[in-house]
Amino acid sequence: MNLEQANRRLCMRLALIALGMFGFGFALVPFYGQICAALGVNSLTQRDSVSNTQIDASRTVTIELDSNTHDLPWRFRPLVNHLQVHPGELATVEYEIVNQRAAPVTGQAVPSYGPQFAGEYFKKLECFCFTQQTLAPGETRRMPVTFVVDPKLPRDVNTITVSYTFFEVAGRGGKS
Amino acid sequence: MSAVIDHDHAHGHHDHHGGYGGIMRWITTTNHKDIGTLYLWFSFLMFGVGGIMAVVIRAELFSPGLQFVNPDFFNQLTTMHGLIMIFGAIMPAFVGFANWQIPMMIGAPDMAFARLNNWSFWLLPFAATLLALSFLMPGGAPGVGWTMYAPLTVQMGMGMDFTIFAVHLLGMSSILGAINIITTILNLRAPGMTLLRMPLFVWTWLITAYLLLAVMPVLAGAVTMTLTDRHFGTTFFNAAGGGDPVLYQHIFWFFGHPEVYVVALPAFGVISQVIPAFSRKPLFGYASMVYATSAIAILSFIVWAHHMYTTGIPVSGQLFFMYATILIAVPTGVKVFNWVATMWKGSLSFETPMLFALGFLFMFTLGGFTGLVLALVPVDIQLQDTYYVVAHFHYVMVAGALFAAFAGIYFWLPKWTGKMYDETLGKIHFWLTLVFLNMIFFVQHFLGLAGMPRRIPDYPLMFETWNKISSLGAFGMGLAQLLFLYIVVKCIRSGAPAPQKPWEGADSLEWTHLPTPVPYHSFETPPVLH
Repeated sequence: MNLEQANRRLCMRLALIALGMFGFGFALVPFYGQICAALGVNSLTQRDSVSNTQIDASRTVTIELDSNTHDLPWRFRPLVNHLQVHPGELATVEYEIVNQRAAPVTGQAVPSYGPQFAGEYFKKLECFCFTQQTLAPGETRRMPVTFVVDPKLPRDVNTITVSYTFFEVAGRGGKS
Repeated sequence: MSAVIDHDHAHGHHDHHGGYGGIMRWITTTNHKDIGTLYLWFSFLMFGVGGIMAVVIRAELFSPGLQFVNPDFFNQLTTMHGLIMIFGAIMPAFVGFANWQIPMMIGAPDMAFARLNNWSFWLLPFAATLLALSFLMPGGAPGVGWTMYAPLTVQMGMGMDFTIFAVHLLGMSSILGAINIITTILNLRAPGMTLLRMPLFVWTWLITAYLLLAVMPVLAGAVTMTLTDRHFGTTFFNAAGGGDPVLYQHIFWFFGHPEVYVVALPAFGVISQVIPAFSRKPLFGYASMVYATSAIAILSFIVWAHHMYTTGIPVSGQLFFMYATILIAVPTGVKVFNWVATMWKGSLSFETPMLFALGFLFMFTLGGFTGLVLALVPVDIQLQDTYYVVAHFHYVMVAGALFAAFAGIYFWLPKWTGKMYDETLGKIHFWLTLVFLNMIFFVQHFLGLAGMPRRIPDYPLMFETWNKISSLGAFGMGLAQLLFLYIVVKCIRSGAPAPQKPWEGADSLEWTHLPTPVPYHSFETPPVLH
């Protein structure tokens, strides 16, 4: 094999490495999803399972409800602004959305928690954030969130703020 | 000196430059020395542009309140300063060194793919133009920081698309350059130049080229995902469609941390040539240097999330990345101690290249130590995105990479041009740069510890004193680099003729086997090695 052939062969191999690494960048996307699922992080919009339903009546936690929309023509609000629950107690709150656009719109709600670490103790059994919501023009919809506050919540946490933000799912145009 | 092959007498044909004169010579050149020169001048130009941006940033930060630029433009400046300095100044500078030096150090006539080499360089001016054009777009250049984090990048104006395509071009240039460098080193070594006889500069570049090949495509992928999120309805980083902005940070830093070593390893290589030459001793622990360099490169792939301690990754993840990061201090320590041991009982002299190498040794080590501080999770949570981080990476990038580049320029300039630079002015340049550099960045440690956040054009009154000192240092640093330009131009135009081997202790092939200045074509017949 002469030098030119050797050079060309090595060049091809190195170019393949580069191409493979470009693919690897994209392979990180499903890989990241798998890791998050395996470690149980980033499961904001998935149903939680609750094993311990022992109610701890000795303490009360205030749940504050907040709602936002991001570039979405929806009116979105909780029916109550805050409530008191005992850890371990099953509770349900309702939210209302109104589609103010003259076209069907699909949105996805993403929750966030304050303090941040309280998220892992706020167990959602039913939530409108588990699926995308498609609203017809002018439609009003009431949706529940059923949750349990884990009794293992650190004792110094007296208030949890639950904030939902609805994002428009681009390109769906109301088709679900 | 009998080994010197003087091509001027051996052949009559070789100092013409490919048949073209003037500008066409530079556009069409396939000569590794010409392309090396192009890279170095391009890099200096970008260093100037990025430097002017830094001076405007520091002018704004001279006093609290807003004086010269609005916050939006300030963010665009910090973004472009970072991108231009890393991709436009430091990386091309070391590719320039690679082009000039690798063929001469391994006894090869040129790079393996000479035309590809031309293309690798000429992609850069177009990338730089795209970056510059982004300032003229509606909304201006992206103000997202050089890390280009989602979701902000998805909301930026058209300037972001220009930046994305510029990053694509820069990445392509780096990948082509890396392929060329690896092929040259593996296939074109002179007979007898075994891998473990190669000068360490060549070794560091071999490993760097593999790093580039592994991570630049990942960056290209990350910005491509940003592009499709912006325009084609994908949701890689958009929470509403099931994406995750934190994923961007993982992909980016998978590129970003090895990138630090893409910049640092060639700098290590230059230092490993300069320190033995001025200590008049061979490099201490050559083989351990090679293994340490490889170890750093491999470890650099498993530490990326130390940039992300505050993104909510699990504690077990934080611990893993903290320990892996601290582990990098071991091979880096091997290198630092080997350099010190090289100087031990050597007969040292302190010409300008050696001064810059020593400056590198002291201050790069300091930057490494602050890196260890930042690697500690509980400390980093306090210091994340403060000026402490800014001080840390500027000690690595400026006192590390830039000082190594200066050391290399002063070291090889006599070989390249055939003329000596002005030693007195060179020393003045070193001391000015050293003093001003520490004036800029050392005080930023204090600002960061006191809680001043980075990338913000305004600050509370209590930070004023240190910011004033830092800004004055930046103005001085900028002026000192004009002196550097003067020294280089003076050397090229009217320097005294340099001997074949101006540095007594230098022992690689370009000094021992080639005349000064090096002929346009060198090693057309491979050198004889013993």
